[in-house]
Amino acid sequence: MPLQNHEEIFQKKVDREVRIEPRDWMPDQYRKTLIRQISQHAHSEIVGMLPEGNWITRAPSLRRKATLIAKVQDEAGHGLYLYSAAETLGITRDEMIRQLHVGKAKYSSIFNYPTPSWADMGAIGWLVDGAAIMNQVPLCRASYGPYSRAMIRICKEESFHQRQGFEILLTLSTGSDAQRQMCQDAIDRWWWPSIMMFGPNDDSSPNTAQSMKWKIKRFTNDELRQRFVDICAEQVKILGMNLPDPELKWNQERGHFDFGPINWDEFWNVVNGNGPCNKERLEARVKAHEDGAWVREAAVAYANKRKTDPRQATAPSSSHFEAGQSLLK
Amino acid sequence: MTPNQPINISTNQLFNYTLHLADNNLILGHRNSEWTGHGPVLEQDIALSNIALDLVGQARNFYQYAAQLKNDGSTEDTFAYLRDANEFKNVLLVEQSNGDWGKTILRQFLFSVYQYYLYQQLEKCSDRTIASITEKALKEITYHIRWSSEWVIRLGDGTIESHARMNNALHELSEFTDELFIPASYEIEIARQGIMVDPVFINARWREKVEAILREATLPFLSEDNNKQSLSGKEGQHTENLIHILSEMQSLQRAYPGCEW
Repeated sequence: MPLQNHEEIFQKKVDREVRIEPRDWMPDQYRKTLIRQISQHAHSEIVGMLPEGNWITRAPSLRRKATLIAKVQDEAGHGLYLYSAAETLGITRDEMIRQLHVGKAKYSSIFNYPTPSWADMGAIGWLVDGAAIMNQVPLCRASYGPYSRAMIRICKEESFHQRQGFEILLTLSTGSDAQRQMCQDAIDRWWWPSIMMFGPNDDSSPNTAQSMKWKIKRFTNDELRQRFVDICAEQVKILGMNLPDPELKWNQERGHFDFGPINWDEFWNVVNGNGPCNKERLEARVKAHEDGAWVREAAVAYANKRKTDPRQATAPSSSHFEAGQSLLK
Repeated sequence: MTPNQPINISTNQLFNYTLHLADNNLILGHRNSEWTGHGPVLEQDIALSNIALDLVGQARNFYQYAAQLKNDGSTEDTFAYLRDANEFKNVLLVEQSNGDWGKTILRQFLFSVYQYYLYQQLEKCSDRTIASITEKALKEITYHIRWSSEWVIRLGDGTIESHARMNNALHELSEFTDELFIPASYEIEIARQGIMVDPVFINARWREKVEAILREATLPFLSEDNNKQSLSGKEGQHTENLIHILSEMQSLQRAYPGCEW
């Protein structure tokens, strides 16, 4: 069949909201866009474990400690679903991880900001997870089947994380002066980076139109950003805190909150590797991978021995352990 | 118990024992959670975090019971966050540093097997709260043993490097295993009251299971005379490790006393 017919059939399926599955024909560029986007999202989950993992050992109560461990563990799980979804497009997890470690693949810049205070655990939940959800809910309807199914599971857990984060801030907001100050300070630091999570303005986002035609994307960056600002501007009142934007104001005519200009120089600076923690985050990932090399090698060696060993039948777990990546039982 | 009722010797020993059970789980859970985000493979990062979560959950159940026994307004958090190291009653094994993944795995394995046989007894004990907490925990511990023993075998019988690392881990940790079976004063007392058996009772079963797994892992057996430790974590005498753990864990509660979090 000529390429053009393939493309027509593909686009018709997308237009009729039929999910594209791994074995279906798809344009090369569609595949590449998805690999880039899904792996970037997977990397964001994994790198995102670091700024919060940072506080597990210092969580101020046992309840907070348990929920924080569970949350960071969820993020690892999200990374796993997403790497698996990307693998259906013909790239291996090893290759994606390699691309992350050499700096070829990106992850969300938000995780290059530091978490100096406990209140950051609240602000990340409320603002960062909140912005992520805004981006991710439409992805539950993304045209690529494995991606949309992964996103449905992820969104359920993310909204839980967001409520936990807000609740951390709410507790601080009714606490001592020091706690209230901690709360406001975290909001001040995370607000603008969260707003930037939606990406460049529509007029400087060249890929948006194609992604929307392919129904990978359903709304533009600016539409989602506006929705997020509108929601947060109301929620911050419950906390009795302020968003650090003097221009934030309800616009009756537009039916939306107006907000001040975004510092895109800062955004591109962090994207290009010069944020406060870019170096530390990547180093931590590379270190974990390198320190774990002997473990993965041993697992592979053991699995290979069992394959040729008559004791295999009684071996403890080699049957469901392949190449060092045993599934969580 | 009614409020302000003084704690008599028997509740006092039960209280100490409950704290001991809680402290073991909290400190090991805390140690394991240091790995979260830094594991060698994503699936195993999740698995170890899961175990950390189980252990912290078990610790909370015991602390809540201890708070009930003490009945003076203490909470799970006052026990975890406002006691000093010399009041912690965890065994030394659980506070040892993570080292490499092999040492962490082996520490978990040695402890889980101990915990399994101990809780099998506690599940049947005359204290109904402890019986029900341990009954629920045993389901989790069964998985912890399976997961950690599979890794001990895989790493022991993996590559030359992994075998050597497991040997080192065994060498480092074996000095802390005898303490598991040397009864503390409160263990002797509650055994005398019939709440719990003497820990010596489970020593043989522990040894049998550990040795079976080590054999499969092609690792040497623990020597019988490895009791080189003169400290007793159960009695509040700890290695410096615990001081570092607590100064990190308790930092916010100590810096901002009396706050809700």
